[in-house]
Amino acid sequence: MKASRFFKGLYVSLVLLFLYLPILTLIVYSFNASKSRAKWDGFTFDWYLALFQNEEILKALYVTLAVAALAALIATVIGTLGAIGLFAMRRGPRTLFLSMANLSMLTPDIVIGVSLMILFLFAKLPLGFWTMLLAHVSFNVPYVLFSVLPKLKQMNAHAYEAALDLGATPWQALVKILLPEILPGVVSGLILSFTLSLDDFVISFFTTSEVQNLSILIYSMARLGINPTINALSTLLFVAVMALLLLVNRRSSILER
Amino acid sequence: MKTKGFAAPYVVWMLLFTIAPILLVLCYAFTDSSGQFTLQNFQSFLDPIYIGVLFRSIGMALLCTLICLLVGYPAAYFLANRSFDKKGVLILLFIIPMWMNFLLRTYAWLTLLESGGLIATLVNWVLRLFGAKEEVRLLYSYQAVLMGMVYNYLPFMVLPLYTVLSKMDARIVEAAEDLGANRLQVFLRVTLPLSLPGVFSGVTMVFMPAVTTFVISRLLGGAQFKLFGDLIEQQFLFTGDWNFGSAMSLVMMALLLISMGLMNRFGDKEGGGVF
Repeated sequence: MKASRFFKGLYVSLVLLFLYLPILTLIVYSFNASKSRAKWDGFTFDWYLALFQNEEILKALYVTLAVAALAALIATVIGTLGAIGLFAMRRGPRTLFLSMANLSMLTPDIVIGVSLMILFLFAKLPLGFWTMLLAHVSFNVPYVLFSVLPKLKQMNAHAYEAALDLGATPWQALVKILLPEILPGVVSGLILSFTLSLDDFVISFFTTSEVQNLSILIYSMARLGINPTINALSTLLFVAVMALLLLVNRRSSILER
Repeated sequence: MKTKGFAAPYVVWMLLFTIAPILLVLCYAFTDSSGQFTLQNFQSFLDPIYIGVLFRSIGMALLCTLICLLVGYPAAYFLANRSFDKKGVLILLFIIPMWMNFLLRTYAWLTLLESGGLIATLVNWVLRLFGAKEEVRLLYSYQAVLMGMVYNYLPFMVLPLYTVLSKMDARIVEAAEDLGANRLQVFLRVTLPLSLPGVFSGVTMVFMPAVTTFVISRLLGGAQFKLFGDLIEQQFLFTGDWNFGSAMSLVMMALLLISMGLMNRFGDKEGGGVF
């Protein structure tokens, strides 16, 4: 029994090693003074300095965060209202409108990307920040919709009408009665949208031209080969993701208690 | 409820930015450059070069899915078995790479496989022990692209498998053992069938992105190595033939819908849970 436990531990460790070795190598090399991979020339922070002096990278970081934040907010409003509206509908129209969200989620990213590119160029919209934002909102909306809908199913269907009967305006009933009930779904939709936007490459790639987000910048840099500045950038992003996950994890484990 | 109107912005948005673009793709796919109806775009796709790329994409995605399943299933199975103390931490370790930007994950392999990189050096060192004279080039090959795919999508296989396996009622396994089944029988006739929903959802989550990727093939396979996604990208960004590109996009959508349909037929409709 002990041997089998050792074997299981070993196996899981090996798989984890496979998952982390590349990331760890990147981190180590981000401190390597030599630009070449083959040798270690001593410890340096030069690549980090270069990173913070590289305006292209800083601009891409700004674009990434701005698009992700705006897209998440807009998608959350549209998706939440959409979920509330769809929930009140009869089965027929609801299925019809839900299938639009399903279609969007089933469409491969590359097809969403090229089809939106056709649309924007067809409508004579210049590709850039705003078209990227429109595209991000579009692929985020279904995710918000599907995280809010289950919460609506859980709540009392008549609470909203009761509020109206008791003299609340529709706006008051929405904000004071409906929203608190579905808030967890709204928040998880918001977070999901934000992370999907941060990570997106394919759809952004087709819906912008000169304005680059981090993914596009990394892609264009990586196509030219190894660049130690990307290693530094990866290390910082990795640390940021770790910190965020630990934070979320700790918060949720505190809440569970 | 009197809240139906709230859906208006959603409906308008989806019509404008989901339905309209797909309709445009449909229009372009069935017309030529002067706007006349034609099936020529689909006929051009039947060229052996394109069909070859299509089959290579499907084959690689299938192989990648199989490897992910073979590697990921034992990992998920061991993790779900209660023998580890820090299960939560371990499963978190599988999730973290999913949160990394996937371009960085792919780029990381570039640094390992490049000549002089850690794995390239190691492999060549081992080969030299066995008497190899020339240095083997790892980057820009079929294997490199496959490696990149497996690396990128493995967590997407492990996670749904783990979810299903850890939710499984341990008493069923115990009952099978009490009734005299040996460990292999328990696995083949109880655990595996019960975990099939997780298998199907993992297979879907790996196969779908693997068959449509163009980034991994471009970064790890080089300019010569093409997958289906590369063809579409090329038509839109370099050749500028939107009609042919749209036809290929439709072929890709059809391919995905057919494979989804197959998965749903074989799989448990309740337990898939991807969408």
